[in-house]
Amino acid sequence: MTRLALEQVACFRGGRLLFEDLGLALEPGEGLLVTGANGVGKTSLLRIAAGLLAPAAGRVVRDGAIALSAEAAALDEDRSLFAALSFWARLDGRDDEAVALAMAAIGLAGLAEVPVRLLSTGQRRRATLARVIASGAGIWLLDEPASGLDAGALGELSAAMAGHLAGGGVILAASHQPLGIAMRELAL
Amino acid sequence: MNSFLALVRRDLGHAFAHGGAWLPLIFYLLVATLFPFAIGPDAALLGKVGGGALWTAALLAALLPVERLVRPDILSGVMDQLAIRGQSDEGIAAAKLVAHWLSFGPLLMLATVPAAALLNLDGATLMRLEIGLLLGTPGLAALGLAVAALTASLRGTGALIGLIMLPLAVPLLIFGASPGAGALKLLAATSLLFVAGAPFVAGAALRAGRS
Repeated sequence: MTRLALEQVACFRGGRLLFEDLGLALEPGEGLLVTGANGVGKTSLLRIAAGLLAPAAGRVVRDGAIALSAEAAALDEDRSLFAALSFWARLDGRDDEAVALAMAAIGLAGLAEVPVRLLSTGQRRRATLARVIASGAGIWLLDEPASGLDAGALGELSAAMAGHLAGGGVILAASHQPLGIAMRELAL
Repeated sequence: MNSFLALVRRDLGHAFAHGGAWLPLIFYLLVATLFPFAIGPDAALLGKVGGGALWTAALLAALLPVERLVRPDILSGVMDQLAIRGQSDEGIAAAKLVAHWLSFGPLLMLATVPAAALLNLDGATLMRLEIGLLLGTPGLAALGLAVAALTASLRGTGALIGLIMLPLAVPLLIFGASPGAGALKLLAATSLLFVAGAPFVAGAALRAGRS
């Protein structure tokens, strides 16, 4: 059963207390949109939830695998998009079909053989989302998933998120833009 | 184990895709070519100092790829993505160590054959050099990886990497370039120590770099 919970979490970065006593619990099928001005700690919150950053206080409970879409694409520039994505899919124990389906779901179907270095900003963002979709992970952590996306891609992202929630997944997203899907909001 | 092999294959492909893997090899051969010009055409002298010269060249050649070992993967987010998949930092470092050695160790050993001819080394010296490189280059790779991880959060570390790594490589150089079976055993022991320690040093550095 997929679940993500933060209990009394505090984050201390660069000599500043970004937030403290923050608690949230996401049960299967639940999503949460974190909003707030630049620099309030949205990305830090996601990194804490992902286990990449240790909270200054409190604890994080994760039941299920994690998929993270962040600013850094983590795709090898000189490989084709499909090869770069399938490297991660194999680590996640997924086959090439899962990659192809994910690419189609986010509008990258025609770009499989294009080298990653030639992709535009929006296409890169789509590629990181394709990796999340292909991962089969229960917990999706999305950092500004809509940045750089056109209207069509935003619709495809909303559909993918709705499908994930309907399938019992959990989503924690941080975004300045509306994601086109009804989710609880948390203002940092 | 499967993910370990996938990581090794990815790093190895990366090293050769950029053409960067050929740089240490070319550098090494270039030094072997330049050395006789500097020393002069005294065949006996060249044969005598050639082995040590090639060891120094190998050491300096091993510095070249170090800057690209870890930092690009941290900047591109690859390390984060590996970490959230539950890959241990030590495991990632060990895979990088294997891939790094494969990308320059065997090539240097291969290049030693023409390099030995350029320096007029006899067969016994060449054999001794090849065995020494086989034992010593894993230690050089381990040092390179540890230093790469330790300096990964800094910019423009080319010179710094040399300053940190070269003093630590002195034992490898001494035991690699001196004759006798005893020196080879000490070379193997030093190399083993570096190879065994590097994944833990690099792993701790990667972890510390994330916070």
